[in-house]
Amino acid sequence: MRVVVDFDLCESNAVCMGIAPEVFEVRDDDFLYVLQEEPAEELRPKVEEAARRCPKQAITIEG
Amino acid sequence: MDSIAIVGASLGGVTAARTLRAEGFAGTVTVVDAQPHRPYDRPPLSKQVLRGDWDADRVLLPGTDDLDVTWRLGVAATSLDVAARTVALDDGTELAADGIVIATGARARTLPGTDGVAGVHVLRTLDDALAVRDALDGGATRVVVVGAGFIGAEVAAACRQRDVAVAMVEAAPVPLARVLGDDIGAMMADLHRDHGVDVRLGVGVDGIEGDGDGVTGVRLADGEVLPADVVVVGIGVVPDTAWLEGSGLTLDDGVVCDAGLLAAPGVTAAGDLLRWPSTRYGEVLRIEHWEHAIQSGEAAARRLLADDGRAVAFDPIPWFWTDQYDRKLQLAGRTGAGDDVEVVEGSLAERRFVAVYGRGGRFTAVLGMNRPRHVVQLRALLEQGATFDEAVGAGRGL
Repeated sequence: MRVVVDFDLCESNAVCMGIAPEVFEVRDDDFLYVLQEEPAEELRPKVEEAARRCPKQAITIEG
Repeated sequence: MDSIAIVGASLGGVTAARTLRAEGFAGTVTVVDAQPHRPYDRPPLSKQVLRGDWDADRVLLPGTDDLDVTWRLGVAATSLDVAARTVALDDGTELAADGIVIATGARARTLPGTDGVAGVHVLRTLDDALAVRDALDGGATRVVVVGAGFIGAEVAAACRQRDVAVAMVEAAPVPLARVLGDDIGAMMADLHRDHGVDVRLGVGVDGIEGDGDGVTGVRLADGEVLPADVVVVGIGVVPDTAWLEGSGLTLDDGVVCDAGLLAAPGVTAAGDLLRWPSTRYGEVLRIEHWEHAIQSGEAAARRLLADDGRAVAFDPIPWFWTDQYDRKLQLAGRTGAGDDVEVVEGSLAERRFVAVYGRGGRFTAVLGMNRPRHVVQLRALLEQGATFDEAVGAGRGL
């Protein structure tokens, strides 16, 4: 599984960080950082929920 | 259950359809909507679309082309027979299904006596947004926004970003005071003043002035007339339940459901029109937020697939955001008049802050302006049922 964020769309709402903090982090500069681009399979449900609830639909999962 | 009909193809209905397929439902799914458009997302309408940054095709919800459902777009539901589980449509046909998701949302309130007056708009649908954008593209120079709620404020911001003169009229003395409290509401008014909006508070609208070609101004209750070639009315929404009158469902400012989102056997509801008893808040809620449409759409779909023993209570913490100019405001939880409010990070003056809301010692909500990390971290404390003091302490330490 590979996590891809479209940073042209991302508006740092940080919803993803609330759901999967192991993978997504919004820092004090208000930018989103992807902590693990290829997270472990056990994180898939969380990453998928983060993608579904992203207000900008900026997260896609490849693989 | 072999067939499910979803009435409403906005975010709640589309999410319900996606969820049915994701959960492995193999029967037929039919999605009906009165609007002819492919399903689209509403938040960009009052922002990117109005500013002219995005074309209409960029607001389409992703992935609907690949969804294995039958779309009946441009066809309105006119009635529901709960016992027979059939939906009558305005093309004269009838749709029968084993399960039904009601997700027709809400329609914008209009000013009495303004229907059909050229230049007077609401902003709810893609067509609404394109009509306002076209008016701005066509050289409109003076916009009056009626209502300083979130939609009105976003419209005002988008128009100012296009360098159009904007006046915003609000009957309440402080905008958004019921949701944000007096101090933060007043700061929002200042935010708009600093961007050149003529903010008029504590004055109602008496009527619309017009000539044969359309609107020319907005007449205030104190007699002043604000000149306008475009008026955008943002005074709230009403649940779109007229088609359900006489169906036997309980309608009371929405479709009243049980804690598992069932309105009747085999019938669930999702999105803006859903009213359900929240255990967390001890009241029957109706929520108009984007994320709520997703969460209730998922829950409504799962409820149809679950047998009664597996029904789960729907009880999320509400969350929304609004973007105005370069400020992002996010609120998680529920606020009310008379809440304790404490700014725990930053300040209203710098317009970058975190405020914690409480009632009776309980932590009830967190509001952030340009502080998304803090909001999401304190939202976790809301889930845990922290006290107000714990949230204040945690907020100061973040």
